[in-house]
Amino acid sequence: MIELFFGKYHYWIYIALMMIGFYAMIAKENLIKKIIGMNIFQTAVFLFYISAGKVRGGTAPILWEKAVLYDNPLPHTLMLTGIVVSVSTTAVAFAIVIKIYREYGTIEEDKILGLAEGERFREENPAPPVP
Amino acid sequence: MNLEAHLPILAIIIPLISAFVIPLFGRINKACAWYIAISAISLSFIISVSLLNSVLADGTVSYRLGGWEPPWGIEYVVDYLSGFVMVIVSAIAVVMTLYAKKSVEKEIDESRISAFYAIYMLFFTGLMGMTITGDIFNLYVFIEITALSGYALSAAGKKREALIATYNYLILGTIAATFILIGIGYLYIVTGTLNMADLKMRLPGLYGSTSVMTAFAFITVGLSLKLALFPFHIWLPNVYTHAPSVVSSLMAATGTKVALYVLLRMMFTVFTVDFYLKAVPATTIFLILGILAIISGSIIAISQTNIKRMLAYSSVGQIGYMVLGVGLANPLALTGSLIHILNHALMKGTLFMAAGAVFYMTGAENISDLRGMGRKMPFTMAAFTIGSLSMIGFPLTVGFVSKWYLAMGAIKSGMWWLVPVILLSSLLTAVYLLRVIETIYFSETGKETTPEDAPAGMVIPILILASLCLVFGIFTFMPVGVASRAVTLLLGVQ
Repeated sequence: MIELFFGKYHYWIYIALMMIGFYAMIAKENLIKKIIGMNIFQTAVFLFYISAGKVRGGTAPILWEKAVLYDNPLPHTLMLTGIVVSVSTTAVAFAIVIKIYREYGTIEEDKILGLAEGERFREENPAPPVP
Repeated sequence: MNLEAHLPILAIIIPLISAFVIPLFGRINKACAWYIAISAISLSFIISVSLLNSVLADGTVSYRLGGWEPPWGIEYVVDYLSGFVMVIVSAIAVVMTLYAKKSVEKEIDESRISAFYAIYMLFFTGLMGMTITGDIFNLYVFIEITALSGYALSAAGKKREALIATYNYLILGTIAATFILIGIGYLYIVTGTLNMADLKMRLPGLYGSTSVMTAFAFITVGLSLKLALFPFHIWLPNVYTHAPSVVSSLMAATGTKVALYVLLRMMFTVFTVDFYLKAVPATTIFLILGILAIISGSIIAISQTNIKRMLAYSSVGQIGYMVLGVGLANPLALTGSLIHILNHALMKGTLFMAAGAVFYMTGAENISDLRGMGRKMPFTMAAFTIGSLSMIGFPLTVGFVSKWYLAMGAIKSGMWWLVPVILLSSLLTAVYLLRVIETIYFSETGKETTPEDAPAGMVIPILILASLCLVFGIFTFMPVGVASRAVTLLLGVQ
């Protein structure tokens, strides 16, 4: 039990970060805050991968005469790709939020949904002709 | 320099480079964006066909990127399944790109057309890459390329509802992709390799381990969202309804199919069938979700008034069929699933392109606006009718073939009660599609209509796909031959 908590505390940290990010994506109503939550979620995954590459007693995976043991460089390279993907997704998300702001004038989700509902309602129930 | 040896990478590199070339040449001459796009996609199609031919003749083609040996290097594998899906995706993309020339001019701002085609090529590259790769992290990269270009494409039109739909899709899609990444991480930590064939060898000893089961759970949930399996389909109706017509058609015809291909790869090549017998009853779960998808997709489609939204919910139902085949996991049902990949691409492609042609000519989006279209746009509506009959599962059309195989597979597994379910959903499909056909042909508008069909550049691709619905329905040996060989490879020697 103690081993599960204190021996693997790093996994608990990643789980906590993932869940904070995931919660932000779901529960926050501001569109930018959702994107920040997405970033936190993805960062936790990067940490998860990189921690898996650590070798006990290993140094940074750069060729060095005095080194005996190296860390595994593969998770580092995988996560560099992951970071690029995360940044690109954030960039696309921001572009969409900017366009939403220009069209709707707000970036709060409930207000945007209210405006969209109103539009759809008015489209499906056009106002009766004035007598 | 042996060109033929490098075909697998060329199928990916040519569209990728064209995505960079298009904005460059677009600055000089705006019109050439489409020409570069169509030539790159046609080249990719020719390469896919030649790869499928060499697979059918000699067996699996394996290509090492940079000459590095797998499992340290990335490997591209073309076997029956990936060859089959590559040919489908590139063929549909050729037809859609022919259709896109006129449709895009109407629906996208003129200043952004080069950028649109550049992202279109990236989307195509991502789809082809997902199909051909044999390395799971490379797969994640291509999934993200497809996803990001998909987000940009679906927000590219002039409609404002598309933006909310795209934002929703982005958040859900990123959750899904990150789940897939977590699953890949677990698999890497447990086995130390990223190559699919190597994982297949190393995983069987570890089937009882919780890490492997968690990895499977994360990957399957992530893929189910990309696949729009019920109940993860929430993003799909809004995106397909509000995206530009070409984008809806291409995404409906290819996007979810390639995600299904990835699911088949992960479920049957990386994790073999033993995993479902010993550890996780995933096939049962997919069976239940497939049935729910079929029934709910068809029922919700009946109540829709917008053509594209109806077709989107219909897609959700059709994806249920494909997943039903996965859930049954016997050779006949899986053959049905694979043929349904081809069929749904043809049928939905036809229907969405026809809806886009109607929008191009009249700006109409609702089914009630289709009154009397049978006289006004005869060719487009004929294609729509053929596509609808195929969706319902009329004999002599492709739709019948896949439903037949699924029903046979269900009977073979002893689940004969699935056959009434399949028939019921065909009836529900008939309800919502025949209602549209009735509006098209049998309702009076009360005014004279002169036939004024969509431009030839749009009608010809629609007719090509509609005629393929009939051709592959009559000459079924072609797709069935490849599909059954693919299934034999997936399930092991059966």
